[in-house]
Amino acid sequence: MAKVIDKALEWLQDRTGLVQPIIHMMLHPVPGKSTWAYVFGTAIMTSFVVQLASGVALTTMYVPSGGEAWESIKWMTENVPFGAWLRATHYYGASAMIIFVGAHAIRTFLFGSFKFPRELNWISGVFLLFLTVAIAFTGQVLRWDQTAVWTVAVGAEQALRAPIVGKTLVRVLCSGDNVTGASLSHFFAMHVFIFPLLLIALIAFHVWLVLHHGISEPPTPGKPVNRETYRDEYKELLKREGKPFWPDAAWRDAVFSTIVVLGICACALHFGPPAIENPPDPSLVNAEPKPDWYLTWYFALLALVPAQIEDWFILIFPVFLVVGLLAPPFLSNTGERSASRRPWAVAIVVVVVGSVLALWREGINEYWTPRFEAKPVPKQDIGATAGPVAEGGKVFNDRGCLFCHSIDGHGGRRGPDLSDVGERLTHDQLTIRIVNGGVNMPAYAGNISPKELESVVKFLESRRPHQTVIESSNNTQAK
Amino acid sequence: MCCSDQPPKEEPKVSIDWSKILVDRAEFLKLVALGCSGLIGLIVAIPGIGFAFGYFLVPKREDWIKVGPIEHYEVGNTVAVNFTDTTGTPWDGVCAKRVAWLRRIDHSNFQAFAVNCTHLGCPVRWEPGAALFMCPCHGGVYYSDGTVAGGPPPRPLHQYPTRVANGQVEIKVGPVLTEG
Repeated sequence: MAKVIDKALEWLQDRTGLVQPIIHMMLHPVPGKSTWAYVFGTAIMTSFVVQLASGVALTTMYVPSGGEAWESIKWMTENVPFGAWLRATHYYGASAMIIFVGAHAIRTFLFGSFKFPRELNWISGVFLLFLTVAIAFTGQVLRWDQTAVWTVAVGAEQALRAPIVGKTLVRVLCSGDNVTGASLSHFFAMHVFIFPLLLIALIAFHVWLVLHHGISEPPTPGKPVNRETYRDEYKELLKREGKPFWPDAAWRDAVFSTIVVLGICACALHFGPPAIENPPDPSLVNAEPKPDWYLTWYFALLALVPAQIEDWFILIFPVFLVVGLLAPPFLSNTGERSASRRPWAVAIVVVVVGSVLALWREGINEYWTPRFEAKPVPKQDIGATAGPVAEGGKVFNDRGCLFCHSIDGHGGRRGPDLSDVGERLTHDQLTIRIVNGGVNMPAYAGNISPKELESVVKFLESRRPHQTVIESSNNTQAK
Repeated sequence: MCCSDQPPKEEPKVSIDWSKILVDRAEFLKLVALGCSGLIGLIVAIPGIGFAFGYFLVPKREDWIKVGPIEHYEVGNTVAVNFTDTTGTPWDGVCAKRVAWLRRIDHSNFQAFAVNCTHLGCPVRWEPGAALFMCPCHGGVYYSDGTVAGGPPPRPLHQYPTRVANGQVEIKVGPVLTEG
């Protein structure tokens, strides 16, 4: 049997010349100490294979039509065997790609792997990172539900901030002047043809570079990269302790990739496919578009940035991200590689990861949004059944104050909590604020009658902390 | 010495070195190969790019849409009007549905506001109790005339042109996102 295979391979080598190079590639030596820190790259590629397989399958039923895309997704999820499963694995496969692109970037940054001679490995990797996010974002749009159409509108509003080219950018993003079926078709072409082809080409280049320069060895503190000597030292290292990639390193990649695929399957099984929300009907105004989880931090950042610098921020931040990510090999491509000798590198990773996590939490809490569904302040918390305080409580509930301000836990969190505002502000101060408004608060002068104003101020004046304390102690006594 | 030993006196050579003026054979072939490749590139690229970015080449589309008889609307009130945007593609279906906030200012004047918040584009809601437009995303607030009342929006709400013709209120649909 082995002889037959040998013969066949010999023939293949003779006729194609491909067998030897592949064997050579499989057996290329890698530094002996490269261990579990080196498995993220293949984890990304494995997740990408999951994406290709599930994505190609999904296109056999998905209809990229403005009027029918949503229906086709609903149909395949509810009626087609494996439909829900493929949609779920495609979603969690994308999530896995994003997570491991992040992990891979942090690992190569902390190990100083971007230094000489691997600058282009890093730079092509940065483009792969942005391409991955672009594929994920266009994929979210293909879901073509209510969130998708408003997400495109939100993107257009950001693009419109750009001077001179703003309108042109919006046109390119929407493929026209509004979000229409043409927008969806263009997003489909990008998500299904253009970006994946670019991604495959860039991955090939990236992997070629990895093979060309060899996998960067784990850094040793006190052993800086020197342009003149590095290549010889690396060759020496491989001679001394190099191990063939297959199977000495490949088994770890295989094991970790299997864990990743099983993780994607576990998420798909447990959480199911992303919910099919409302249809892409822009006439339904009760929409609160939110990006998928991997952009929640940026969504929070946009909400938190002060209004005065917002225009600049929307324009400059993406440029800052690109420049910042491309910068490392330009700033320092020789010298120490070990993280223990590069405190600034560690600090940058800690600050970036910490900021993203903090913003992510804020993005989930979203206290900056008015709460239209807030329940009115109940009678017992208003504290009066007749007279100006009771009337003021009604004004507070009816005139929209409630959407942004809360009293005793009822209402929104966009504006200050007014549970004890009677302690902080006088009658006149309250009146002035309501009539004139503030940075985020509308001026109510034209929207409220003098009588209503007087009663709501009375109501707010009566908001004092001890009241609630007395009430709750009364409640306890009653119990 | 006999004169026959002498080579016949030649006239000064006037042969033209064409390779200095034009190109030699090899260079000509290089130019042919590169030129042909470039030509193929242009032939396949131009229509494709022109098609994909065709929206830059066609005039912007607008249309007047009837949203109901004038007596349906009360002076001073703001209500939602639903209509279909006819400026998109014929298969837009559900995503061509639109809603605008229509306010009757007086006997014959209307204002129709696009629902897109000018901050980041989320759909604003008319809250009749507060008599304000409010945005669910970052708390942008507008007065009933569309001007900014509070929060982050940089501009007033986008307005569709309106007119009254034959007792019918009409809204002019067209570019919204590119107009801001």
